[in-house]
Order: sequence, then structure tokens, then C-alpha cells
Amino acid sequence: MDLRFTPEETAFRAEVRAFLRSEIPAGIRRKVSEGRKLEREDIVASQRILNAKGWAVPHWPVEWGGQDWSAIQRYIFTEELQQAAVPLPLQFNCYMVGPVIAAFGSEAQKRRFLAPTANLDIWWCQGFSEPGAGSDLASLKTRAVRDGDSYVVNGQKTWTTLGQYADWIFCLVRTDPEAKKQAGISFLLIDMKTPGITVRPIVTLEGHHEVNEVFFDDVRVPAENLVGTENKGWDYAKFLLANERSGIARIGMTKERIARIKRLARELPSGAGTMWDDIGFRTRLAQLEIELKALEITQMRVIAAQMKAGSDRPDPASSILKIKGSELQQTSTELLLELAGPYGAVGAGRVTGPESAAFGWADAAAALYFNNRKVSIYGGSNEIQHNVIAKAILGL
Amino acid sequence: MMDFDLTSEQGQLKDSIGRYLAGRYSGLEAREAMRRRPEGRDPALWQGLAELGLLGMPFAEEDGGYGGGPVETMIAMEAIGRSLALEPFLATGVLGAAALRFGASAAQKARLIPEIAAGDLCLSVALTEPGARHDLGHVATRAEETPAGPVLSGRKDLIVWGESADAIVVPARLDTGGVGLFLVDPRGAGAQLSGYAAQDGSRLADLVLDRAPAERLDPVEGSAEDADGLTVIERIAEAGIAALAAEAVGAMEELHRLTVDYLKTRRQFGVPIGSFQALQHKAVDMLLMVEQARSMACYGAMMVEADDPAERRAALSAVKVQINRSARFVGQTAVQLHGGIGMTMEYIGAHYFKRLTVIETQLGDTAFHLARVADAGGLIAAE
Repeated sequence: MDLRFTPEETAFRAEVRAFLRSEIPAGIRRKVSEGRKLEREDIVASQRILNAKGWAVPHWPVEWGGQDWSAIQRYIFTEELQQAAVPLPLQFNCYMVGPVIAAFGSEAQKRRFLAPTANLDIWWCQGFSEPGAGSDLASLKTRAVRDGDSYVVNGQKTWTTLGQYADWIFCLVRTDPEAKKQAGISFLLIDMKTPGITVRPIVTLEGHHEVNEVFFDDVRVPAENLVGTENKGWDYAKFLLANERSGIARIGMTKERIARIKRLARELPSGAGTMWDDIGFRTRLAQLEIELKALEITQMRVIAAQMKAGSDRPDPASSILKIKGSELQQTSTELLLELAGPYGAVGAGRVTGPESAAFGWADAAAALYFNNRKVSIYGGSNEIQHNVIAKAILGL
Repeated sequence: MMDFDLTSEQGQLKDSIGRYLAGRYSGLEAREAMRRRPEGRDPALWQGLAELGLLGMPFAEEDGGYGGGPVETMIAMEAIGRSLALEPFLATGVLGAAALRFGASAAQKARLIPEIAAGDLCLSVALTEPGARHDLGHVATRAEETPAGPVLSGRKDLIVWGESADAIVVPARLDTGGVGLFLVDPRGAGAQLSGYAAQDGSRLADLVLDRAPAERLDPVEGSAEDADGLTVIERIAEAGIAALAAEAVGAMEELHRLTVDYLKTRRQFGVPIGSFQALQHKAVDMLLMVEQARSMACYGAMMVEADDPAERRAALSAVKVQINRSARFVGQTAVQLHGGIGMTMEYIGAHYFKRLTVIETQLGDTAFHLARVADAGGLIAAE
């Protein structure tokens, strides 16, 4: 048993760290660190810098721009991205539709989509959830009916993150209404400019426009945009969701936030000293750090077990990472909000005077706290993850 | 390369000790029969552990041991936790062994270690005194130099398996103000040892010393490095925490397994109660706590030999916090999921809960270690 990194792995970490901190613009990284809203251009610029280095999609097959990295290198890379507060390469492109197309798409689809997907020339959004299909995703109702060389799509998708920026949407649609519910689903790629698509913004509780509803009204989609085999879409969706879950602990991100909380606490006046002198606050922070250290090692154990099994197959243990990782992310945003104290009440538009300039980050802290309630809901809610573990690991 | 695998020798050790203890601790009745003996355990098993090579394992080969390290200790303690064994391995093979490794001269090691390895000598360490609570630096027991050698006076309490010890390592305050470690014969002149039952079925003892003759443990013979004593005590406690972490993981895993089995077999309302989602989710929460504890037990085994004392100290405190929190949650939840049967002395699950609860109190509770991590500024640098 040896938990240390090799000199090669440590050198790799140093190379990644140096690149990210010198090449990704500081202004973008500051926004991420403070939890402020990123513009479309920020995300595109950051991903293109990574892609030019060959690092936007390291986990893809090498022939489509991936790197031949070990699972440990991927882990180190992701942790460094998060700790440097670099916007993560767009999840929908790099961790969702890209790997699905690479694994199940036709040669023509690979040639058409993969390179622009890696470079964020195409911005993808995800059309999975529906008003009546959340945790019970397979009950989705959006219909696609074959008509000659096209599918005609009717229905509604929701919680479509950053759909307002998207060029394309990958959708789960029902192609066989007679089959058992998982069996009649297909995976369809749809150009957002197609007539009949309407996007309506949903403002989430922190006040930002992050998600959308997407309506399909007799939308004609060329049949060549079907991925894989008709009615096999549920298999591809499971593949995709497992990819989503494995990176979801966001340990590096929580570490970065803890480091920031410590810096802020040392500056913030409280009583005769600073918030850093508040032993109650520091104790709550220490509790979070201890659980995060444990989770970091749990994550390494999951990776080591996967490497040993010689497979990229999702381990049900990744549900543990999802549950605990999301809880710790949320705890870190709670502590940041507590640090703001009474200024946690401040919304947008306050002109800060010199007495409170130190709290210029407080409105963003509150927004981050509110927004982070999502992390225990998305990617399979934590309660669903409990069900997964009860069944797959405990045999209950 | 990050690696959680055991070497083939470690795998054999795990198998042999696991098999040995599982054979002897075949159920609660077997354990109770051993517990009711005058010694509070069956001394034949101690010889068995010696024959397995376990008792020489914690010492370097040049000192007469078999050259095991933290991973070997982890393997042994996990097996002990899993079988709820009564053997005083923590007292001798972890605490006592650390006292010798870090605090004894070559001559002392050469004399004592072969006896320990053969199963002929048991040790314990008197880490606390009345009023010390979790502060291991609270040492009021005094050492006095006499022409016949040092004598100790004072009180020590809560000595793990003190009655089983042939010699007890006793920290005492020196004339210089520093702390030294001494070997005391608990049945010798000036020593009064009184044993009693612990909540977990093991035995504890208090020791009253009144000018009891003692032998100074001294890493360098004739050295006057008085401050070394507290450093050695810290190393002993750190070794103890790493070991308790592994023991707790063994106990928690077994208790979790028992609980999940119970959910699958106990029927109410015409179905196994494990079909109820409320109970499933609690069983999953137990698993999360067990896995987090296992991760920290690995971390403890890795960090217990780290060079930087401050880093080591914060790490082992972090380990104990997670272990304690996991132990409490897993123990309490196991009782709850078992319902009434979980409340009885007849059910072995309750005994796991009691051992886990005692582990929480040993070598520093949650509040103590959490405060130490907070005082150290946490584990993550602010940059």
C-alpha cells in the first residue's frame, strides 16, 4: 500500500499547474473562484486554450483528440483545473455527448462533430429531463416519429443548462411508445436553429438565468442525426450518466473554496481580531476539511479499484463520491455565507463604502450558496444514489 | 503509483490472522467464555498470536523483530476489530511497541523485544492521569533519583489491559521539569494495580505508585534529553490512533455486514424490512461512514511515519475525528436498524457498538482532535 504520487505524477501535476495559472486569464479564474456568473465568451476562451494544448478532452479516444493518460493523471488534471479555478471544459460537450458519439456514433458523425465539439465551435446542451421525467427519466414523453428521411419531434425538455448559448442539443426521445419504457428511447442530435424549437428561460433561486425549458413543435430532424441504433438510446444515456457521476465529487473545487475562505477569514474583522480567530468557525471549517480528506482518499480508492479491474466501467462506489462530494460542496458554500455574516443578506446593486469594501464578494457568496443547492439534485439526486447503492452494493 | 494493494506477504498475514481469530471467536458465546476467565481473556490465544509471528511484527529485524510497519499493524488491528478480540495487542503490540521503538536504548530493546515476540512479555502504557482528560502532556507523577535508581510516585488511570502487563511504561516528571518514560513492575514494591471491567468487555487498570522502583527508558544511554519523553508519548499516541482506526474499521465493517444481513432476513408486514427505503438509506449512510473511515485509516497508516511532526500530528487528529464520527454513527444506526434485538447483551451487534463507543473515548475524543486540527489551521494551505 502506498498512497504517494510518483515523481512522474508530481512532475505532471507541476506542468499542468504552471500551464493553467499562466495561460488561462486571471479574470476568468477570479470569476470562477468567487462563484460569479461566467459569460459565454469566458467559457469558450478557456476551453479553446485548453484544446490548443490538447487538454480539453484528454479522456476521449486518442484518435479523436484524447491523451493517453492514466486514470491517476486524469484525476490530477481535473483536480488542478478545479484548484486553479479554471472553468471546466463544457460538461455537455466533453463529458456527455462527445464520449457518446465517439463510442456509439457513425463515422460520419464522428468526423462532423467531434473536433468542433472539443474546440467548443459547437456548444451542446442536454435534452434529457422533462416536466414529468426527473428522477424517473425513462418515463420521458417527447416523441420522435419517423417520416421518410426525418424524425418529427414534439414535446418539451426542461432544466436545460445554458441552453440559451447552445448550437445543438442532444435529446432522449421516445421512438417506440409501445415498448417497455426504457426500450423505446432513442438518442437524437438536434440543431437548435431548426424551426419549431422555442427556448424559455428559467431563473433559478440565486437570480441567474442558468437553465431553460426547450419546446419542440413539429421539429424535423434528419434521420442521419440518430446516434447508434433506434430504441437503444437508454444504453447510451446510462453510459453518459455514469461518465457524469465519476467527476462529480468536485474535490478540487471544494479545496479551492476552502483555501479562499481561509484567506478571506484572515482579512475579515470580527470583534477585536479577525474571523480566523473565531474558534467556532475554524472548527466547522476543520470538520469540512477532514471529511474532504477522507473523500479524496475514497476517490483514489475508487480509481485504483477501477484501474485494477482494467475497466472504465462505472463503479457503483462512484455514487458514494456523488453523495458525499455534493454534500461537502454545499457545506463549503454554507461556510462562505457564514463568513459574510450580516452581509450575506446583500443582493445586487449595493454601492459598497470603504467600511464594507471587504465584503464586495458577499452577494456572490449568497448566490453561490443558493445555486449550490442543485448539486445534491442533479446528476441523479442523492436519494436516487442511495437507491443505487442499496441495490448494487448492499443487495437490498 | 498510488496503490492500495497488499504485498503477498501482507495478504498472507491478513489471511492467517483473520482465520485464526475467526476460528476462536466463532460467536458471542465463545467470546463470553473467554471474557469470564480470571484474566478476562484466554492466554492461549496470546501464544497463538506469537506463533503467527504477530508479536514480533511491530519491531525492526535488527532489534529482534520481524520488521513489520504501519500496514502490518493495520492488518492485525482490523482483524482484531472484526472479531471483537480481547487480546491486548493494542497495549503490547502498538502502544508498548511504540514506546520501545521510539524511547528505548538498544540494550533495552535487545532484552525486551525477543521476550515480547515469544509471547512471554506483555506491556501496557500508562498514558493518562486523573484530571488529565485527553492531555497526554499532563504528567504529575514524579520521578526521583535514589542511589538504587529512580523511584516513581503518583497515580495513573485507565491503563489498557494493565492487569495483563508484566511491565507498564509510565511517563513521569523529572527533577529538571521534563518528562521521562520508565518501566515499572505493576506487582513490585510501591506499586498498587487495581483492575476493572471496561464497557467493551476488555479490562482497564489504575496504578498508584509510592516510591516504586523503575527503569528509565532511554533512547541513548546516559542521555539527558529530558524533553524527549513528551515527543515519545506523542509518537505512542499517534501509533495508537492509527491502530484504533484500523480496529474501528474492522468492527464497523462487520457490524454493517450484520445489519445488512438482518435487513434481508427480518420480516415485518409480510416482507423483509430491507425492502423499506427508509431503512435502505440508513444502511447506505452507514456504508458511506465506513468507507470514509477506511480511507482515513489508510491515511493514518501512511502519515504515522511522516517526518514532519506538525503535519503528522494534524493528520492523525484528522484520522481520529473521522473514525470517531463514523464509529458513533455506524454503532448507533446499527442498533436502531436492529430494533429491540439490538438493545440486548445477547446480540453480538450490541458488543460491537460498545467497543466502537470505547474507541471514541480512547486517545482523544472528537472535540479534542477537532480542536487540534482547527488549531493547526486545518489540512489545506490557504496559499
